[in-house]
Amino acid sequence: MSPSSVSADSVLSIDVGSVYTRVVLFDVVENSYRFLGEGKAFTTAGAPHFDISEGVRQALGELQNFSGRIFLGADKQLVLPSQPDGSGVDRCVATLSVGPALKVVAVGLLEDVSAHSAQNLAMTTYAQVMEVISMNDRRSTAARLDAVLRARPDLVIVAGGTEGGASQSLMNLLEAVGLASYVLPKGYRPTVLFAGNQGLIGSIRSSFGDLGPLAIAPNIRPAVEVERLIPAQSQLMQVVRQARLRQIFGAQSLDQWTGGKLMPTASAFGRTIRFIGNEYARTNKGVLGVDIGASSTTIAAAFADHLILNVHPKFGLGESLPGLLSACTLDEIARWLPLEISNDTLRDYIYNKAVYPASLPVTPEELSMEHALACQIIHVALKKTARNFPADAQRSSYGFLPYFEPIIASGSVLTLAPQRGQTLMMLLNAIQPVGVTTMAVDQNTIAAALGAAASLNPLLTVQSLDSNNFQNLCTVISPVGEAQIGTPILRVHVVFGDGSENSVDIKYGSLEMIKLPMGQAATLQLHPLHRFDVGMGGPGRSGSVKIVGGGLGLVIDARGRPLQLPVEPARRIEILRKWFWTLGVTS
Amino acid sequence: MFAPVIHVLPVTLVQRKRLLPATGRILTRKGQKVTAAEVIAEANLTPDHLLLDVARGLGVSSSEADKYIQKQQGEDVAVGDVIAGPVGLARRVVRATQPGQVVLAGGGQVLLQLEGRPLELRAGLSGTVSELYPDQGVQVETVGALVQGVWGNGRDDSGLLAVPLKSAVEEWIPSRLDISLRGGVVLGGYCEDIHVLQDAEEQQLRGLILASMSSALIPEALKMHYPIIILDGFGRLPMNRAAFKLLSTSGRREAVVNASQWDRLAGIRPEVILPLPPTTQPMSTTDMIQFSADEDVRITHGPHIGEVGILNRLLGVVTLPSGIRAPAAEVQLETDESLVLPLANLEVLK
Repeated sequence: MSPSSVSADSVLSIDVGSVYTRVVLFDVVENSYRFLGEGKAFTTAGAPHFDISEGVRQALGELQNFSGRIFLGADKQLVLPSQPDGSGVDRCVATLSVGPALKVVAVGLLEDVSAHSAQNLAMTTYAQVMEVISMNDRRSTAARLDAVLRARPDLVIVAGGTEGGASQSLMNLLEAVGLASYVLPKGYRPTVLFAGNQGLIGSIRSSFGDLGPLAIAPNIRPAVEVERLIPAQSQLMQVVRQARLRQIFGAQSLDQWTGGKLMPTASAFGRTIRFIGNEYARTNKGVLGVDIGASSTTIAAAFADHLILNVHPKFGLGESLPGLLSACTLDEIARWLPLEISNDTLRDYIYNKAVYPASLPVTPEELSMEHALACQIIHVALKKTARNFPADAQRSSYGFLPYFEPIIASGSVLTLAPQRGQTLMMLLNAIQPVGVTTMAVDQNTIAAALGAAASLNPLLTVQSLDSNNFQNLCTVISPVGEAQIGTPILRVHVVFGDGSENSVDIKYGSLEMIKLPMGQAATLQLHPLHRFDVGMGGPGRSGSVKIVGGGLGLVIDARGRPLQLPVEPARRIEILRKWFWTLGVTS
Repeated sequence: MFAPVIHVLPVTLVQRKRLLPATGRILTRKGQKVTAAEVIAEANLTPDHLLLDVARGLGVSSSEADKYIQKQQGEDVAVGDVIAGPVGLARRVVRATQPGQVVLAGGGQVLLQLEGRPLELRAGLSGTVSELYPDQGVQVETVGALVQGVWGNGRDDSGLLAVPLKSAVEEWIPSRLDISLRGGVVLGGYCEDIHVLQDAEEQQLRGLILASMSSALIPEALKMHYPIIILDGFGRLPMNRAAFKLLSTSGRREAVVNASQWDRLAGIRPEVILPLPPTTQPMSTTDMIQFSADEDVRITHGPHIGEVGILNRLLGVVTLPSGIRAPAAEVQLETDESLVLPLANLEVLK
């Protein structure tokens, strides 16, 4: 990068989460953008402040103490742009995940087609689908009207009608939505986001334009077999932004500081993953991003330019934690625990954590429960999202995850785990990747900030996607196939950067770690046995791959897919402990 | 760093907004004295609707039907009332089959909002209406003792407080729920027996205040029609000293149990209020505070959850036994035991 091409704009990123508000400062150091520091405070959206500005100011105060830079003027507003005395910043980006999930009514012609797409669009943000209306639904207009009123939606997403296709049927379906808007008092009317047959835009405008907020987006189901959510996501993002400006006191100041570009955190995170997806398009693999927070978990998968983004407001490590029990059993969570803890204790922990989402595990036992919960949350959220991965994505065989390179993990439960082996164990058990992939952690929790900054300052995003911020945990080799436990299934030959070599035979059911110092290059020659597939083009195929060492070197996860743990608790705990020990985790 | 605050106060001014979930009608005036059970506002929350196809009923076109519509927007209709017509020699008419109100008429259709049972919002505590929020609700205030909790089953009620509990660590078992407690608000300890909850329903308890409860009972607790409030958490936990001291010495006083689920964004927390005569001088309260030495704190998480102690000193960032590094404080328990705890696991007791 030539010096002249580097913009000298300093950038402040603000993220208001449901528990913490974080501010991060980026500036140019030695001709390249660097993460300079962060400040953190409790989010103050609720009692007694009811204004997120207070938490933002506290976090800025912490950053100010750390950096010696003044951010707020006498009027308590952000100093924008930076001043000759060094105070202030040039640009500000902000993301928001605090706030209740938006209540959504999804409308589409056919339940399995456009109504399904409307629901999929809702899942790309902090939303909960309360009601679905389609032609498959035989209720009368009055009954549909009552259903919409009972749902008390913030948003109605309308899809349907392929381009040039049906129009009147959709307008008939929308009668209930129109009546509901009419019946509700003005301040309570939902936003209608129309993302259907573009030939109906005129009719939609004349029917809904005067009733309440209306947004128009490109058709998300332009043909029966084609779903195109990305063009509509920017409109949806604006709808969410508007909703948050109404719901969250203080969001308006933040929006002003960003020049009207306040973003939902999940959208910004998705944008970063898509950005990385483009960078890695040459690998023909997808890029997977996982962000686990207190209020929700976001899964983003980019296949070149195509982004699958799913937000799961039911699955968070905070107030929504008990929601996990509607998606899995206690036993399914407890299977990840490397020590004996009763289901009653685990359940009590879940509910106690939900009432105090900011609380931290004090003992090793509590930490194990927290990690088991995080693991299961990611596992369940990914499983639900994986249904939407493209059928033509490269993968070993149907039923397994597509190949990903890299996998990026964000969220304080992962980044603040005391030992990196604990982070990796959570990710390996939750994701169960296949083939060869790099695991990285967003150690400064800036992935969403970089997404928010991408349109404002793409250079910042490009230069910050480095190992200082995204720490390479390891390269993981995960062969798939069928064999008896203990059968050799893979021969790994490692040629290190200094010319030394090492060969290892990997047995089915094992987890192995080979030391490869951080940043050191090596070439792997992979020779699968018994027709195991290691992602080299098919079962039994050998190949070589160049890798770079991470914090945990090279890890070979030959435990099988899907991962099956012993049913007998003592045996399960014994094997989990062995795997933790392999990854260098000391109790 | 802001510290979360939990209130356990013998005398304070309690002001609570009581708002309808949708627009409705206010039934009280400012300055009015109300009891906890008194209905202060009502709303037709989810009324059913009926869409009448008048054109089809009259056998005419939509545009023509509009000329025959007799009931206009806002008009009430009773069963049998003529909504549209008569038309032709047969004098065809469309009549109301259910009582309600016309909300929309035109295009050959009439939309009726049917009469339904309104949602009644009760005052929730005995006191005075101090603010009115038009179409939304009121603020009620009273002077009394306030004890906040961590979980509620979404119900509220009030009655005389009965204190069969002898210590803060007792388990509450079905046999202790005798007839003398019928219709009262009962202070219990720890509960893990589903029959306790069911028997309390049979005894028509007006409220159950528990230190802690097995989380396995949550689904059953949510089904109960009386309020259940958990003061300290889930699992076998003793009642925090401050709450036990205040509540165990308040037998036979009126207790208002607002077992709302904790909603931080709305500022609603489950709580017990013991109203006092208005002559009592209330203590001032604060909800905004920073962690500092000598504050009383309650532990919200971990092995000592629910215990109360004094914050001796702030320690900066320390490594916890779990390996996690976090800002922490040294807390001295009543037993003189000294603990190092993360600030994230403390709330100030005020």
